[in-house]
This record gives sequence, C-alpha cells and structure tokens, in this order.
Amino acid sequence: MTFSINHPIIFVLVAIIVAVVLAQSVFFLVKAWKRGVEIGMDKKKLRKIAITASVFTIAPAVAIVISVIALSKQLGLALPWLRLSVVGSLSYEAIAAENTANAMGIEATAALNASQFVTVTLVMTISIMVGIWLVPAICKKMQNGMINLEKRDKKWADIFNSAMFIGMIAAFVGFVFCDVSNVAKGDFSGLIPVLVMVVSALIMAVCGLLAGKFKKIHWLADYALPVSLLAGMASAIPITSWLS
Amino acid sequence: MKKELTYMDKVYRWGGIWNISVMLILLAFPVAVALLFNASPDWNGLLMGLVATAPMYWAVGVVETITFIPMLGAGGSYLSFVTGNISNLKLPCALNALEQAKVKANSEEGEIVSTIAIAVSSIVTTLIIILGVLLIVPLTPILENPVLDPAFAQMIPALFGGLGVVFVSRNWKIAIAPVTLMLILFITIPALNSGTVGIMVPVSVVFTLIISRIMYKKGWL
Repeated sequence: MTFSINHPIIFVLVAIIVAVVLAQSVFFLVKAWKRGVEIGMDKKKLRKIAITASVFTIAPAVAIVISVIALSKQLGLALPWLRLSVVGSLSYEAIAAENTANAMGIEATAALNASQFVTVTLVMTISIMVGIWLVPAICKKMQNGMINLEKRDKKWADIFNSAMFIGMIAAFVGFVFCDVSNVAKGDFSGLIPVLVMVVSALIMAVCGLLAGKFKKIHWLADYALPVSLLAGMASAIPITSWLS
Repeated sequence: MKKELTYMDKVYRWGGIWNISVMLILLAFPVAVALLFNASPDWNGLLMGLVATAPMYWAVGVVETITFIPMLGAGGSYLSFVTGNISNLKLPCALNALEQAKVKANSEEGEIVSTIAIAVSSIVTTLIIILGVLLIVPLTPILENPVLDPAFAQMIPALFGGLGVVFVSRNWKIAIAPVTLMLILFITIPALNSGTVGIMVPVSVVFTLIISRIMYKKGWL
C-alpha cells in the first residue's frame, strides 16, 4: 500500500478509536442517568442539565474544529481528527509535531512519509498519556480522601471545594490581563480580552437578575453561561477592530 | 457472601477498564499504521521527540490530574482525561451543571450531575468534530473567515467572565487573595501567557487552598 496522510485506511482506524471514545461517554451517561433516577433525582432536572451542557459545548467544539482545520494543513485530516477528539490541544499537538519533525531533521511543514507519520503519532500519543492511566491509579484514593475530609469537618470540606474552583478561575482571570502592561507602550490590544471578559460578566449578571425577577423567563438562568459566552465572543469582533 | 458494590465502586471499576482500554487502543493506532504500510518509526527521531516533549507534559499531566480529580468527580475524571479540553470546556461545563442543579460537588448527586454534564459535552464535541471533518471543504472558508477570528481568539475571556462573576461574587472572601496574586503575576511576568496558563492553574489552586485554610482557622470564613 502506498502511504498518504489522508489514506482511507487511516480514516477507518481513526473512526474506530473515535467510536470507542464516544461509546465510553455514552456508557457513563447511561449509568449516571440510571443511578440518578434510582436515588430519586428528578428526570426533568437531569434532562435540563444535559440540554444546557450540549448548548454550552457548541461554541468551544466549533473552536476545536478550527484547530483540526489548522493542523490538517500539515498532518492531513485523519490525525488531527483523532488527536483533538482525545486529550490534546492545538498548541500541544503543534509543539509535539514540531519537536519530532526537528528531531528527524525535517521541516515541520513537510509532507510526512509513513515512518515520519508513525513517529510523530507515537510522540503525540505517549507524551500526553499521563492522565488516562493516572486517573484509574489514584481516583479512588483521592475521592475517598475527599469523603473523609467531609466526615471530619463538613464546613472545611465545602470551603475546600469552593477554594479549588476559585483557584482555577483566578488563574484564568490573571491570564486575561497578561498583555495589559503593553498599554504603557501604546499597544491597546491587551485590553481586548479584559473588555470581552467584562461584557461576558455583565451579560451573566443581567441574565441572573432577570431570571430571578421575572418568573416567566426563569429558564434564562439555565442558559446564562452559554448566552454570556456567545455574547462575549460576539463582542470580541467590534472590540478587536476598535483596539487593534 | 460477596459484598455488593456501591455505585462509586462500580464507577472506579468501569473507569479503570475503559481508560486502560482506550490507552491501549491509542497506542495501537501508530503500531497498526506501521504494520499496514510496512514502515518502522524513526527511532532516533522518536527518542529525541519524546525527550523534547514528554518530560514537561508528563509533569504537568501529573499535577493536573491531582488538581482536577476532586473538581471533576470520579466519572467526570475518567471521561475528561480521555476526551481532553478540561479547563476550557469540561470543568466549566460541570461547574455550571452543579450550579444549575444546586447540588454540591462532593455529594452523590454532584457526582451524577457532573458525570452527565461531562459525558454530554464529550458526546457533543465528538459529534461536532465528526461533522467538521465530513464538511471540512465547505466549512473551511466560513470558519477561517477573518471576521470570526477575534470571536474564537477571545473564547477563554468570554467563558471565564460569565463563570467568574458567579463564583467570585459568591465566594468573594476566598477570591480576593488568589485573584490579586494572579493579576500581579500575569501582568508583571511576560513569560506567563496562553502557553503557561495551564501550569498556573495548579499553582493558583494550591495557593487558594492554603489561604482559605488560614482564613478558616482564623474564623474569617
């Protein structure tokens, strides 16, 4: 067989792996749903959660498709399809591909032959595999630790949980401001993410207030996050053209 | 008599089987390509490529796994570490679902809610990528349209603006110190940018936990 990065057989192999990954998600969804119903959770509530999660996912998923398109110019379509359907990201895959291409003494943009394709794929796969096997190794211990914490001191366990979420959010809030200092040099583009974040935060706050005040539009509370995400992204278009 | 497994015990068992299976299948992919096209890897390139890439991502991977498991819950962790996009998609999705359902992350209801949200998000993502791959020719000019560029470039600020306002306003006492520290670090250190924000997440989480513990002990929370 003559190799090509877009050979139909590679697409078939990728399709099989993607089907397995999809099956895992469906499996966990069904099991969690059944258990939820079993312990008396309202089916309507579960359905609402599922619908909100799918609506919220659309924009970030489209961003992943854009990453697939970006990577496909160098790696063909099948490999980016696989890599971005499993753990990985545009920046990670690009770095792994470039490091391997450099190690093989080829240009990162060169058309890969079969040996180079196998090498790049192995590096991409092995270098980011930690989470997949580490979760089964430590998940039970860590979750039991959390349960014990809850038993020992309930109030602290709740604060512990909130603190973790706040810690993650704080890092991203800091990141949004990372280019602000360029304003001193006359470059205002560093303010774009800050203004987008402010718009999104305002929309979220308005959605929360409206949903709380008017019973008829209570559903707005469920969709406040996707709405603020899309509004923030949409605001980026005029804000960017204004500040850059 | 054999002890009946709890739901959580079953999640650990299923998760272990699924994740190890997916890991083996992912490793089998390059092996299958090598066998089908009768090609062996460039061993030197493989070794040097791994040396250049793996150590940093392994280190970050270990820290991320430890940081994210308590937030994602068990089922959510097994799924998220297979399907990826954790901090920019799966975790915000789970957080929003917990908020929507008004349940705590460390309860069984919380475990179920986050698993459902993350599973649905993974399914939708996978299906949209499949659609994108099938329709790549007509979609490319639309998605690569320069008008839309800024919208996707600013997805993270748009996401964390909405998420931040809810969580920070509700836990403002806990949030003051880490938000201030992260602002100072990101504004003053040029090396902190989109490439390094992932490393700063665990740093910020640990710092917030320490500060919260001190505040709790002093009776400020």
